[in-house]
Amino acid sequence: MAQTSKQVERQEGGARGSEFKTSMATRYGFDRAFSILVTVAALVGVAVLAVLLIDVIGDGSGRLSLGFLTSFPSQIFPENSGIYPALIGSLWLLALTAIISVPLGLGAAVYLEEYAADTRINRMIEINISNLAGVPSVIYGLLGLGIFVQLLAPLTGGASVLTGALTLSLLILPVLIVTTREALRSIPRSIREGGYALGATRWEVIWSHLLPMALPGALTGMILALSRAIGEAAPILVVGAAAYQTYTTAGPFDGYMALPTQIYDWISRPQDVFQELAAAGIVVIMAVLLVANSVAIVLRNRFQQRS
Amino acid sequence: MSGIMRARFVVGTAMVLALSLVVAACGGGGGDQGGGGGEAVSGEITIEGSSTVQPISQAAAELFREENPEARIQVGGAGTSDGFEAFCQGDTQISDASRPIDVAEEVPVCEENGVEFIEIPVAFDGISVVVNSENDFATDVTTEELKTMWEPAAEGEITQWSQVRSEWPDEEISLYGPGTESGTYEFFNEAIVGNEEEVSRQSDVEMSEDDNVLVQGVAGDQNALGYFGYSYYENNRQDLKALALDGVEPSAETIRSGDYGLSRPLFIYVSVQALENNAAVQPFVDFYLSEQNLNRLVEAARYVTLPSSLSDESRAQYEDRTTGTVFTEEGEPKGGDLEGALQQAQ
Repeated sequence: MAQTSKQVERQEGGARGSEFKTSMATRYGFDRAFSILVTVAALVGVAVLAVLLIDVIGDGSGRLSLGFLTSFPSQIFPENSGIYPALIGSLWLLALTAIISVPLGLGAAVYLEEYAADTRINRMIEINISNLAGVPSVIYGLLGLGIFVQLLAPLTGGASVLTGALTLSLLILPVLIVTTREALRSIPRSIREGGYALGATRWEVIWSHLLPMALPGALTGMILALSRAIGEAAPILVVGAAAYQTYTTAGPFDGYMALPTQIYDWISRPQDVFQELAAAGIVVIMAVLLVANSVAIVLRNRFQQRS
Repeated sequence: MSGIMRARFVVGTAMVLALSLVVAACGGGGGDQGGGGGEAVSGEITIEGSSTVQPISQAAAELFREENPEARIQVGGAGTSDGFEAFCQGDTQISDASRPIDVAEEVPVCEENGVEFIEIPVAFDGISVVVNSENDFATDVTTEELKTMWEPAAEGEITQWSQVRSEWPDEEISLYGPGTESGTYEFFNEAIVGNEEEVSRQSDVEMSEDDNVLVQGVAGDQNALGYFGYSYYENNRQDLKALALDGVEPSAETIRSGDYGLSRPLFIYVSVQALENNAAVQPFVDFYLSEQNLNRLVEAARYVTLPSSLSDESRAQYEDRTTGTVFTEEGEPKGGDLEGALQQAQ
């Protein structure tokens, strides 16, 4: 027995020995090749975005002006069309969705990560939340239509901007919860134990240490989730975003237009001028996303440095 | 530590802000409809229905807004069927439709909910049958030949031009058509294929809900044949060739006169209850149908205007508040002619 185990050991040692390459040139070669490979992988995404941007700006630059941002869309004089009510509607959607989904998402994540015992029901909840992240967005639209537009019409005002925001909140909650949980999970156990050892209650530990430490990670999730929400056309089409309205959204119970549905409407029109308007609209929605993302990234970096 | 304090402050503020906004939002319900006064009309109108008709109603709302900035009008394009569903529930005041209301299924719902309606034709839309501009053999097609190509039995069977007409070459034929959700698909089915199942060839047809995609498809495929709204052909004449149908070229004149086989009326349906109870609806519909506006709106939306005798009947239908539909269960005007049917109803 002893002999055989020694033999095995020697064989393994031998095998390891043969894996060790002495040729430095080959090893550095692989090293370079790998770094090129991953750089290309990273550049593919950037290149696609650049091509898209150049194409869209080329098509839409003739329509981009201050007037485009401040006018209503027009059927009678398409060349004077603007995106104002859709822009305002999308900003309302963004703000309301953030207000609704962020507290719910943080709360659910804290419960699941810090309070929930490892029971069958809690495991079911966890699996369901992960699955919900993969449900097609139009399904959330149908859910929103059934619950918020029809069932809860007296509370939500029917097809109002609040309904749209509630529906988008449902859509992004799974992503928010999953990313916030990851952030909470990455906090070392010793932080919690240290807090308890000093006599802090669970609430105090969560409030004073865990939430602030998890915030940068959670913010990343919020950025991704809200970006997705503002770009979605399918669910808000289903819950009743208007193709045109004569007023701008001024309250949560008003009707609304939105950037992605406005672009969708223009793209499906026969006249060329509407295709240019759609391209200009895409530039605007990208700019809105970029600004919103930059603000969130700046916030995240501040918290990351300080905590 | 100060970072944690600050972060805590931000989280706390955000939560307080969120809560106060939600409370404010809930408290503000219904109280924000003041204002108005003066001569301009105020009030809310919701228009839902066909995405084909939507540009006409949108143009109407847009012009109406210039004179009545207080009026709050919403126009949607969810589709004719969805539009009627909301309309017959009393949720909308005006419904846009690219086909007449369904006598068997939709009218009873309206009746059940006490929604009486006025049916008003506003424009004509043609469906053009087109081929690639490089196609040098096909210049016309008959209803029968279209049926041969598009009926469900043709799936996988009719794959070459020569199978449709013997003079045409043994080239492969590729078909492009609107998706099954589209009103254009429904209309083409009824007018050309006309079978009981109300479906046409699907599995080997390139389908899209977006007519611009079909235009691109036919323009880039030498063997293509497709159909879509006339305005999409008109806007892409240089890349496409429209076929005469049973010897009649599609044009504004032939679509208006009904000589072209694939011509259909577009409608708005107005709720009588809304006319009586909603102060904004009557001025808006008056404006929509007025002689100086209607044709301008229809042209802005790139559809074919009604002949003046028919638009007079449309106006009379509205002025007399004639309720109900003049169409039969098969979707044909009573007596076979729209103008006569309107006259008879009044």
